[in-house]
Amino acid sequence: MYKYDQYDQAIVDARVDEFRDQVRRRMAGEMTEDQFKPLRLMNGLYLQLHAYMLRVAIPYGTLDSRQMRMLAHIARKYDRDYGHFTTRQNIQYNWIKLEDAGDILADLATVEMHAIQTSGNCIRNISSDQYAGAAADEITDPRPWAELLRQWSTFHPEFSYLPRKFKIAVIAADEDRAAMRLHDIGIQLVERDGKLGAAFYVGGGMGRTPMVAPLIKDFVPIEDFLSYSEACLRVYNRYGRRDNIYKARIKILIHELGAEKYAAEVEQEFAHVKSLGIDPPAAELERIAAFFAPPAFEAGIADSVDRNDPDFAVWLDQNVKAHKQPGYAIVNISLKKTGDIPGDASSAQIDVMADIAKDYSFDELRVTHAQNIVLPHVAKRDLYAVWQKLVEADLAAANLDLISDIIACPGLDYCSLANARSIPVAQKIAKRFADPVRQRDLGELKLKISGCINACGHHHAGHIGILGVDKKGTENYQLSLGGSGAEDTSIGKITGPGFDEDGIVDAVERVTDKFIQLREGDERFLDTYRRVGFDPFKEAIYG
Amino acid sequence: MGNLRFRDDAALDQPAVALSAFLDQSNATAVRLEPGEDARLLIPHLDRIALVEVAFPKFRDGRGYSAARILREAGYAGELRAQGDVLVDQIREMRRCGFDSFVPDKPLDEAVVKTTLARYDNVYQRAADAAVPVWKLRHG
Repeated sequence: MYKYDQYDQAIVDARVDEFRDQVRRRMAGEMTEDQFKPLRLMNGLYLQLHAYMLRVAIPYGTLDSRQMRMLAHIARKYDRDYGHFTTRQNIQYNWIKLEDAGDILADLATVEMHAIQTSGNCIRNISSDQYAGAAADEITDPRPWAELLRQWSTFHPEFSYLPRKFKIAVIAADEDRAAMRLHDIGIQLVERDGKLGAAFYVGGGMGRTPMVAPLIKDFVPIEDFLSYSEACLRVYNRYGRRDNIYKARIKILIHELGAEKYAAEVEQEFAHVKSLGIDPPAAELERIAAFFAPPAFEAGIADSVDRNDPDFAVWLDQNVKAHKQPGYAIVNISLKKTGDIPGDASSAQIDVMADIAKDYSFDELRVTHAQNIVLPHVAKRDLYAVWQKLVEADLAAANLDLISDIIACPGLDYCSLANARSIPVAQKIAKRFADPVRQRDLGELKLKISGCINACGHHHAGHIGILGVDKKGTENYQLSLGGSGAEDTSIGKITGPGFDEDGIVDAVERVTDKFIQLREGDERFLDTYRRVGFDPFKEAIYG
Repeated sequence: MGNLRFRDDAALDQPAVALSAFLDQSNATAVRLEPGEDARLLIPHLDRIALVEVAFPKFRDGRGYSAARILREAGYAGELRAQGDVLVDQIREMRRCGFDSFVPDKPLDEAVVKTTLARYDNVYQRAADAAVPVWKLRHG
């Protein structure tokens, strides 16, 4: 875990002071709402349908128990006793009062947290692989690089008023658990001839024009990491469209310019930028990387788990993943029990997760883009005890990556941009497929729901995606199939006319029924879909 | 308070001409850049420029920040002015990008400007100003 030094702390403390002052000036009428808006947005404060919403940054989704407890404290003291974990590995609170915002930031600063750049047309929270430091397939822990980017992008003077928001993900494994190529910049750390470098994929994204990021440069030497990032951003800041908010993301620039031309522009800019001395010395990366050194794993501990309790065994098979260290495992805590609001957790549950992390996971937790929580380093001998504690806290749903492990945005229940509600649809689908045996029989099936075209619920990347739209004043849901946010990134294809709230649940079931009929061997839904194509499913849906 | 200037030399008493006019006439020493215009076109002429005025018709349009840095990185040492919809909460970023004078559409509160510019002791990244990034402080 990264720890602030006096500089990091001073910057975050100054930010608290600055935002307090901005809020004061707004409340005193010294600023118009139009002028205040970009300032509060750059601090993650949105005006939603019912109240202010505050989004708190969880850099690359990593936090310790002290920070997790603070998230519970904020939910309890300033909100309605719960928080919502987001697809960008952050947490947001839905019922915030403007006058409390300064105090909340001050509370967060005491545990090295903030809400800096969780919104606005700037570089947002850097996301990463939730299994970083625990997965066997990574070539290095990607988080030191994510932290380097966090610092570089924090209050970057040139890139605070970009054409549009800007999201960066860093991974270091071939298996992509972070939807890397659906980011404005997706970075995969790679090795070549024994040297570390970075492959840059630029111009991915969801929203109304989903794009899979093309590879812009296959190997950026690691000592050029920030210079190359700066060059990518400068080309975007200068040439990204500003005439139309819907065409302002970097994906549109790259689409219109062509990936090759963009890459050439970046190359030219980089040749110049590299001379400016932007890249910190290797010692800085080493300093940061030391914070992410592996915890003190015990060697030679039992690598087997007693599977006698059948409910435990089900959870074990579904939610627990292999760890690179013998005797340890990665535990996924699903926030998607049937009937739950995807990603929501009560302050009591957040506290329980913090306690378990402290006692059993070297004091570490992760937030996933699928809106779940990870305990990255649990000794296998402790798995049963951990599971029992999760059961007690109603956190033991054994449905990771199954059809009820739904990603859903807050939708029209909260969000001022939404056209339709997402939460009730997620709940109805989870209910329809509540039978755990049926879910497991369907296997890995990633269902994702967005309440508007902005695609915060990642519907384009869903094996099954649902998009809520407004059709002449009533909520209508479009179905899409075949998306993926993994290393085989793809954008789902819309099936045809949309459905009402109950109709969409039926349509999903017709798709899964057809899948059961068509699948061969161990195929996942996505495999079958890719093998047989779109038409058999379309026919099953519309008859 | 109206305009802000962070320079010791006397202000130029000459209107800034449009980029196209500037490139056509050899005697102008002040030029105005609109958001979509390429600051790099000025680089061959920097030795005869005393003032570059960068237009900010809308505070949200951040192209001028890159224009400013490009000019400073090319060695431009003359006055670099931000003109237009320039807000007090942007002055710090603009200063870091190399702007040293400000002609905002709406007057800025001097006290707030002062507090804003003094608030942060540290920066994370190198830019066009003299601020030393914290990685440099950490490692010398």
